Amino acid sequence: MPLLALLIACLLLPSPAAAGGDPGRGAALYDRCRACHSLARNRTGPKHCGLIGRPAGAVPGFAYSPAMSESGWIWMPETLDRFLAAPIETLPGTSMGYDGIKDPGERADLIAYLIEASRDPALCP
Amino acid sequence: MNRQIHQPNSFLTRRSFFGQGARLTLSGTAVALLAGAGGLATTKAARGGSAENDIVILNSALGAEREAVAAYQVGAESGLLSPGVLALAVQFQGHHKEHADLLAQTIETLGGKPAPAPASYDFPVDQLKSEADVLGFAAGLEKGAVSAYLGAVPLFENRDLSKAAASILGDEAMHWAVLRGAVGLDPVPVAFVT
Repeated sequence: MPLLALLIACLLLPSPAAAGGDPGRGAALYDRCRACHSLARNRTGPKHCGLIGRPAGAVPGFAYSPAMSESGWIWMPETLDRFLAAPIETLPGTSMGYDGIKDPGERADLIAYLIEASRDPALCP
Repeated sequence: MNRQIHQPNSFLTRRSFFGQGARLTLSGTAVALLAGAGGLATTKAARGGSAENDIVILNSALGAEREAVAAYQVGAESGLLSPGVLALAVQFQGHHKEHADLLAQTIETLGGKPAPAPASYDFPVDQLKSEADVLGFAAGLEKGAVSAYLGAVPLFENRDLSKAAASILGDEAMHWAVLRGAVGLDPVPVAFVT
């Protein structure tokens, strides 16, 4: 990524406080994702390190659904919030066969955790 | 060190393969779940988009089950497990393989195609240094699986598939509880799983 684009992406990255969630509670909520996802490794689902600010369908080496690859989305907190609420309704054709997280507070906590984890070199080297 | 786990044709050693052989076919309960699912006999073309969605969800579950089989293989081959725990790990691996077989068969029954298994898996092998580490890793996967099935159950158009998914959920919740108990945690810490 060119340096300028990287700088802009960093400036656009919201803080956990801006996302309004509690990353500590979000860490516990992330256990729900662990059948298919991990922070640092591609599994049944793609890895989550660096998710915020990343174009959807852009993790190298991961086989996305055509729906995700062609969505044109950028994963920002608002995008993620909509998707996590009802993945299949929000993006028909996604391979994430999950009903969603219906509680807005839980989604905010989870998103805050994903943001914070991406900044932690121990979790996202 | 990260370790790429290449998926062999058989996950089990020859000895354990034959020891578990009876479990590698669908159990009577699993067959009954499918046999009772009259709607499954209907073709994908006849059912349209709802069958497509069901197939997508089943394929997601199939991917996770295959990965669980591979993860238990990592644990079984780690040399970190005592004989009793190793036997448990192989038993749970057999359950996941039964789940994967049932899911693949169901996808085909619906007129879909099971997604191909990846050539390899990437597990945090460098973080598994003791039996407790392996058990904790497995417990995390099982807890995630319970949540994943909980999130899948309400999505199926065909309620027989919801029933089958709930049956698998129950099995994986038992795995999770046993693994928690094995590392000294409260096996059933909450009244509801999420």
